[in-house]
Amino acid sequence: MKVLVTVKRVVDYNVNVRVLSDNTGVDLNNVKMSVNPFDEIAIEEAVRLKEAGTAEEVVVVSIGTSACQEQIRTALALGADRGILVETDEDMQPLAIAKCMKALIEKEQPGLIITGKQAIDDDNSQTGQMIAALAGLSQATFASELVIGDGTATVTREIDGGLETITVKLPAIVTTDLRLNEPRYASLPNIMKAKKKPIDTYTPADLGVEVAPRVKTLKVTPPAERKAGIIVETVEELVDKLKNEAKVIS
Amino acid sequence: MSILVVADHDNDTIKASTLVTVAAATAIGGDIEVLVAGENCGAAGEAASKIAGVSKVLVADNAAYAHAIAENIAALVVELGPNYSHILTATTTTGKNFMPRVAALLDVAQISDISAVVSEDTFERPIYAGNAIATVQSSDSIKVLTVRGTAFDPVAADGGSAAIEAVDVVTDTGLTTWDRDEIVKLERPELTAASIIVSGGRGMQNGENFALLESVADKLGAAIGASRAAVDAGFVPNDMQVGQTGKIVAPDLYIAVGISGAIQHLAGMKDSKVIVAINKDEDAPIFQVADYGLVADLFKAVPELDSML
Ligand SMILES: Cc1cc2nc3c(=O)[nH]c(=O)nc-3n(C[C@H](O)[C@H](O)[C@H](O)COP(=O)(O)OP(=O)(O)OC[C@H]3O[C@@H](n4cnc5c(N)ncnc54)[C@H](O)[C@@H]3O)c2cc1C
Ligand SMILES: Cc1cc2nc3c(=O)[nH]c(=O)nc-3n(C[C@H](O)[C@H](O)[C@H](O)COP(=O)(O)OP(=O)(O)OC[C@H]3O[C@@H](n4cnc5c(N)ncnc54)[C@H](O)[C@@H]3O)c2cc1C
Repeated sequence: MKVLVTVKRVVDYNVNVRVLSDNTGVDLNNVKMSVNPFDEIAIEEAVRLKEAGTAEEVVVVSIGTSACQEQIRTALALGADRGILVETDEDMQPLAIAKCMKALIEKEQPGLIITGKQAIDDDNSQTGQMIAALAGLSQATFASELVIGDGTATVTREIDGGLETITVKLPAIVTTDLRLNEPRYASLPNIMKAKKKPIDTYTPADLGVEVAPRVKTLKVTPPAERKAGIIVETVEELVDKLKNEAKVIS
Repeated sequence: MSILVVADHDNDTIKASTLVTVAAATAIGGDIEVLVAGENCGAAGEAASKIAGVSKVLVADNAAYAHAIAENIAALVVELGPNYSHILTATTTTGKNFMPRVAALLDVAQISDISAVVSEDTFERPIYAGNAIATVQSSDSIKVLTVRGTAFDPVAADGGSAAIEAVDVVTDTGLTTWDRDEIVKLERPELTAASIIVSGGRGMQNGENFALLESVADKLGAAIGASRAAVDAGFVPNDMQVGQTGKIVAPDLYIAVGISGAIQHLAGMKDSKVIVAINKDEDAPIFQVADYGLVADLFKAVPELDSML
């Protein structure tokens, strides 16, 4: 089985982003960029399937500017076999990304596609589901456990009330939740080896995908500030404030 | 304009998140219809017909729609979709699961987790864990939206008298089968509906110590939440995680105990009306968003708090 994994280049999760003063977006200058953390979990899961002999090949895909090669190399250092970059400077929205992925699924014929459940920059949580819809495949989102069976996958999903287990026909799209696994770190020798692994490059046009954005960002503004609070000295003072000042308990 | 709200329900009752979604639909303006898809969901359909401002309720009652299997629900909504200018549902794990499929199959974008309606085609939504708010405009003919549960005041659950219509479209893709679920039995209010939340983090040290918070929560009628670190460490189940990638809450009072205040946690609770932080580290970032901070060892402070309530 071949496993296709998507990796998105995003602002590192430790960065506290700031809105630009002209309200056109957030400041991405000299900001550390990383693999979306949920995609690290996706890579790890795919690599483990390969190590267990369930998967033969792990292919990672990133869609965006040429800088996304960095994140593909990271995935290759973590154990993926080869990379695909769909290169574009266009603002790629989930629907366009899903269309590119549909074309790649037709080309690559994977048995399983793993994406993150959400990207931590736009927080859309759409892309995996859209890929599944366009490719006519089943989906198992927010996975915390994945067991591959005979032509099926049994997936435990994190849902609002607890956990749910479903069985999907393969090929399927699985989107990763935080507790699916704990990703490894890349070792230095593997980082060196990753430099020699192949990356194919396409453009959305090569894949026959029209990428014009459907949603326009009119402005980006900072959230409402909370006014500074106070430090109370004792539990008694805290209870008094909550009762008599904030009036949130009685 | 005609708006379809896909209801969040448990076959018997309508969830509060549906009332919030109807509120967002009301802000857009137009005729509001509610779809209740499930199995033996007649009672939920009845309940939906009483929601203020709803003109019609569509009930799709079939085994194919039990357990809200995304492929089947999406296919149903796509069937009905072209009749509407907007399709809305709540940003729950169910809504997040099926709605992007609907959007993709209708060949339109989805705007996730809207926090305000600016106009019929323009919406606000938080990005970067709530550190920025984007105002976005859709050029699609059908707007597919999910609605943030904390962002709109729910409409009244009664007062309406909408007509109920059965929908007999059955779409079973057969792609997915439901095996089982493990729903955590709630002895306290649901996190997203609670007006007070007591939340514990890694500082709690283990699951047993959450009993300290439970005692306080019971006195306050509060729900219990947790940080990711507490869930990852197995202190408490996943459905208690508050944050960017867990549940988004905005209660009247949020008490964070032994939680440092990472951006990802703040993203899930910083719209709370009053925030209390109890942490032994005076430099913990949680104090920057707290209205009332108490620098103390939680193992002393929480029992003391408990005894004063
Ligand atoms: C220069 C630039 C400007 C942009 N401006 C905007 C803007 O103003 N408004 C806007 O809405 N969007 C904008 N985007 C697009 C945005 O960054 C996202 O790529 C897109 O909206 C997808 O949303 P998401 O990442 O939140 O998807 P989600 O659905 O949350 O992502 C889930 C998963 O899908 C996969 N995935 C998502 N994107 C990619 C990708 N590019 N490559 C590989 N895998 C991927 C990953 O596995 C990820 O974990 C811009 C993009 C660029 C490059
Ligand atoms: C992709 C991604 C998504 C994430 N999503 C989420 C999310 O949705 N929700 C979330 O919460 N996190 C999320 N995180 C994790 C987040 O970054 C933090 O790691 C996490 O919130 C830390 O939890 P914590 O505050 O309980 O633990 P810590 O940061 O370890 O803080 C523990 C705190 O307890 C205090 N403490 C210890 N002992 C005591 C005592 N005896 N008395 C008083 N105080 C004490 C310490 O001073 C410390 O401040 C995410 C991370 C990533 C990368």
